[in-house]
Amino acid sequence: MITVKNLSKSFGKKRVLENISVTFRPGVTNLIIGSSGSGKTVLLKSIVGLHQIDEGEIWYGDDFFNIMGFKERRDIRKRMGMLFQGSALFDSLTVEDNVRFPMDMFSRMTLREKTNRVNFCLERVNIHNANRLLPSELSGGMKKRVAIARAIALNPDYLFCDEPNSGLDPLTAIVIDELIMELTKDFNMTTIVNTHDMNSVMETGEKVVFICNGKIEWEGSKSTILDSDNRLLNDFVFANSLAKRVKGH
Amino acid sequence: MESVLFETGRYFMLMGKVFRRPENHRVYYRQLTKELVLLGLNSVWIVVVISVFIGAVITLQTAYNTENPIYPTYLIGLGCRDTIILEFSSTVVALILAGKVGSSITSEIGTMRVTEQIDAIEMMGVNSAAFLIMPKIVATVLFNPFLTLISIAVGILGGWIAGVSAGVVTSADFIYGIQYEFIPYYVVYSLIKTVFFAFIISSVAAYKGYYVKGGSLEVGRASTVAVVINSVLILAVNVVLTQLMLS
Ligand SMILES: Nc1ncnc2c1ncn2[C@@H]1O[C@H](COP(=O)(O)OP(=O)(O)OP(=O)(O)O)[C@@H](O)[C@H]1O
Ligand SMILES: [Mg+2]
Repeated sequence: MITVKNLSKSFGKKRVLENISVTFRPGVTNLIIGSSGSGKTVLLKSIVGLHQIDEGEIWYGDDFFNIMGFKERRDIRKRMGMLFQGSALFDSLTVEDNVRFPMDMFSRMTLREKTNRVNFCLERVNIHNANRLLPSELSGGMKKRVAIARAIALNPDYLFCDEPNSGLDPLTAIVIDELIMELTKDFNMTTIVNTHDMNSVMETGEKVVFICNGKIEWEGSKSTILDSDNRLLNDFVFANSLAKRVKGH
Repeated sequence: MESVLFETGRYFMLMGKVFRRPENHRVYYRQLTKELVLLGLNSVWIVVVISVFIGAVITLQTAYNTENPIYPTYLIGLGCRDTIILEFSSTVVALILAGKVGSSITSEIGTMRVTEQIDAIEMMGVNSAAFLIMPKIVATVLFNPFLTLISIAVGILGGWIAGVSAGVVTSADFIYGIQYEFIPYYVVYSLIKTVFFAFIISSVAAYKGYYVKGGSLEVGRASTVAVVINSVLILAVNVVLTQLMLS
């Protein structure tokens, strides 16, 4: 469980996040939605400590994350997996070495166990026969999936995904969405996913947080999102004309 | 001025983060061997090529500037030897490596920064500064003294070839000259300078890459800035070390 209290963050004079308070429960896929530039990535990076926040509190379970030193943070980070918006695979390492990297760093597994785990993770994201390829030889969608494999390599308790299916075809996007949901259930992870894709929202949104201009405008789930009368949310949800027409009837 | 202070402070804070106990010695060791090849071995050829030519030019210059019967020709060998050992093989080679090795370090680390690879490393609970930078600094500090020794040997060889084939000095005189009143301490002095230069080159280049903001344009710009800063620092530190060690 992750709890955020009154989080604010500015870059220079620019206020990007304002007074965000929200709770993310384990075992469900928590979505942060909002249009481009609304502050989703900054929120996610603030939660994991990659951005220094100006005000507020971040709790991982009963651990107060803000005030932790490097060592304590490291212990929590070993239990986190993160998928970055641009995949962030290590250019100089092969697919296999990328996925194995966290294990090489922290686990006492034998090489054989690691290789098995790598193959298991790659299979879960539907990557086959690519172990020896370099990231530059992969398509954008494959990079995303390898990055997910890397994020789940150590069986994290917390999974963070920044736009896991942007740039993917609709079919692969659904596969990725389902994968994240499944993993979340199987391992009872606390999962936070950034997205602006309404398909994903309707597919996986067990909890949905809508942010606009750095503020939380609405909180709910996929079953309530269509009936909301929040105008900003409706503008976002019914951005395309087909959806608008559906709503009209 | 303020920004110089800020950058200097941040540089030393980064170095504090770099020299920490590694999370996993095996992985660091593997990185180190990789960097030894990438930053060290791969620089041998350029050092060899440049040293041969500069050794040759120094010999010919010395010869043409001492074309006077009262100077014995073995002085040509001696002049070539001392110039190469004292300045060329440490300082000039360092300047060249600031371009080659320094810019590659800045662009590699800078690219990792702007593509969030450094964030990814941090997210795994790994000290990204130590993991990425320490092996590079250690590799250059360990390997550059060998580059200097190679440069000295090859430079003097280039001088001998040029001197003898241009007919300005006989082989026997040249060889007598390079042995004449040889002071071994000069080599030590040169190697010590090299170690300082190696540390400066790799740490400043890494610093510049580590704090890049933006995209590929900024990475390129940071590489250029790193080379300029390194060149100035090398020349300045050279003066200080020379005063400290040879006076
Ligand atoms: N490092 C930074 N320095 C300054 N401003 C930043 C920085 N990172 C983000 N911003 C600003 O914060 C705002 C929110 O950015 P953010 O990346 O969180 O958007 P987003 O919701 O993730 O958008 P997208 O869906 O396009 O990824 C933007 O206006 C951006 O300009
Ligand atoms: Mg984003």
